[in-house]
Amino acid sequence: MAQPFTSASFNKFLGEHKLMASRCANCAQTFLPPRAICPNCHGDQMEWIETSGKGKLAAFTSVYVGTTAMNAEGFDRNNPYATGIVELDEGVKISARLVGMDAKNPANIQIGTAMRVEFLDRGEGEAKQTFLAFTPAN
Amino acid sequence: MANRKLGRGVAMVGAGMSKFGAFADKASRDLFVEAFQEMRASVDKSFDPNAIENIYIGNYSSDLFEHQGHTAPIMADVIGLTPRPATRVEDACASGGVALRQGIMAIASGLYDVVLVGGVERMTKLPTAEVTDTLGSAGDTLFEIPAGFTFPGFYAAIASAYIHRYGMTPENLMTIAAKNHANGALNPKAQFGVTIRDWMKQRIEAAIKKGKPAPTWQTESDFLHDDSANPMIAYPLRLFDCSPITDGAACVLLVAAERAREFTDTPIHIIGSGQASDVALHDRADLTTLRAARVASQEAYAMAGVTARDIRIAEVHDCFTIAEVIASEDLGFFEPGTGFKMAEDGVTARDGARPINTSGGLKSKGHPVGASGVGQAVEVWKQMRGQAGARQVNRAVPLALTHNVGGTGQTAVVHIYERK
Repeated sequence: MAQPFTSASFNKFLGEHKLMASRCANCAQTFLPPRAICPNCHGDQMEWIETSGKGKLAAFTSVYVGTTAMNAEGFDRNNPYATGIVELDEGVKISARLVGMDAKNPANIQIGTAMRVEFLDRGEGEAKQTFLAFTPAN
Repeated sequence: MANRKLGRGVAMVGAGMSKFGAFADKASRDLFVEAFQEMRASVDKSFDPNAIENIYIGNYSSDLFEHQGHTAPIMADVIGLTPRPATRVEDACASGGVALRQGIMAIASGLYDVVLVGGVERMTKLPTAEVTDTLGSAGDTLFEIPAGFTFPGFYAAIASAYIHRYGMTPENLMTIAAKNHANGALNPKAQFGVTIRDWMKQRIEAAIKKGKPAPTWQTESDFLHDDSANPMIAYPLRLFDCSPITDGAACVLLVAAERAREFTDTPIHIIGSGQASDVALHDRADLTTLRAARVASQEAYAMAGVTARDIRIAEVHDCFTIAEVIASEDLGFFEPGTGFKMAEDGVTARDGARPINTSGGLKSKGHPVGASGVGQAVEVWKQMRGQAGARQVNRAVPLALTHNVGGTGQTAVVHIYERK
C-alpha cells in the first residue's frame, strides 16, 4: 500500500535507511523533501522513488553555537558540528548533517565534494529516531 | 509580473521607536508605549490618538519569548485604543514590514483613513540557547532544524555558497560590520552604538582596570580575527557578523494621502510595496540570492514607477553581514557577486554614493525581530525629513527603500518612500 506523502512517511523510510523522494507522475519532476502536490504542474499523482543517496556538497557550515538538540548530543563551542546542503545526483537538494568532515577546521571543507548518504540512528525502541546525514564518498 | 497599484495614496505622517537594547524590566507593552509616545511627538500638527481607526502589530513570537500570545489587543489597550481592531501580523523577522504592508493595504482599500502600524519583540528574557531554538523555528522544523541548522548556520551556509561562487573572503564581511557600527555609533537608539575601534579600546581598558594582561590588538582587523574577541558562531560567520538579541518596538502612523496635510506639511509617501514568499533554503535553485527579495523589490519598483538607480538610501535586512551583501544585489543596486566589493570601496557608507543602513542596521541598532521592519521605516522617515541628527546623509533624499526579510528569505517585503 502506498505511503502518504508526509514527513512521517519520509521519517519512516529514513528509519529503514532509505532516502525517499516523490516524483510527479504527470510531469516527472522529483522532489525532496517529498510533496503531496507538485509545485511545478500542481498534479497530485505522486510516486515514491528511492534516491541514489549520492551527490555533492552545495553549501555548508560548522556550527559553534548549536541547537539545544545538538548540544544534548555533546556538541559545543569546542566541539562544533558540520551541517549543510547536499545536491543529489537526481538534481534535488536537502539539508543534512555532515559527518566524517573536519568540523574543527571548516576552511578545509570544500563545496563540490562528492558525498554519500548515511543514516544516524539515535535512541532505542519507541524513542528511536533516524537523522539524515552525508559523508564524503571517497 | 503583474504591475499592481494601490487603490489610493498612502502617507506616513509620524514615526518613532523605543531605545533598542536589553531591558530586564520592560515587557513588550512597555517598549510599545515608548515607541508610540515618540511617534506621537513626531506628528508635526495636532494629533488626537482617537483618530486612529485600525492597528497592525508585527510580532514574531511573544508566545515563545514571553509566554504571551494574543499580543495585538494588549498593544491597543496600553495606548487606550480599544475597541478598534488590532491584528498581529507574523512572518518571522519580516513581521514588521508585513504589518506595514497590511496597514498600507487597509488604507488603499478605502476602508480606513488612519492606521497605526507597530512592531514589537522582547527577546532577552529567554536564555540564549532558547532564543536560538525560537529563531530556528522560523526555519523548517521538520526538514532543516533536525540537520542542526541554527539561524547563523543558515546564513553561514549561504555565505559558503557565495564565497565559493564569487571569491569573497570572510574578511570582506568584516567591512559590513565596521560600516554598520560606525553608523550605529551616531544613533542614540542603537543597542550597540559604538564603533568597532571604540569597542576594542573599551575591551583593552577594561582588561587593564581588572589587572589582566592587556590585549595586543593594534587594529580593528586584529580584534576581529581574535577568537576570544570575535568568536566563531557558525563558520564563516563570527559574533560580529551577527545581529544581536534585542528588546525593542517601533511605530508609524499611516494616513490616506489626501488627508496627510492635516497631520504634517512634510509627509513621506509610500509609493511602492512588494512582498513574496519562497521555499526552504535547500530547495532553491540558487543559494547566493534571495528570490523573494528580488520578486518583492521588482513589484515595489514597478508600483512606484522608479528603478533601483533612483533610490538614494536603503535600510536593508542585515541580520547577518552576508545578508546585507546579498540584499544590495537582490535590490538591483549592484550586479550579482559585486556587493561585497562595493562595500569595500565605501559605496554603501554614509557618505558613499549609495548609503545602506545609515541607522546602524540590525547589526548595530539591534534586531527585535518583529519590530525591525517598522524600525527601518522610522530611519527612512528621519533621513528623508532631515531629522537624523549626526548620521544625517549629506544630500536630499527624495526616494528611499526598506527591505525586510523573514527566515532565510521565505518572506521578503520591500517598500519605497517618496518625499514629494
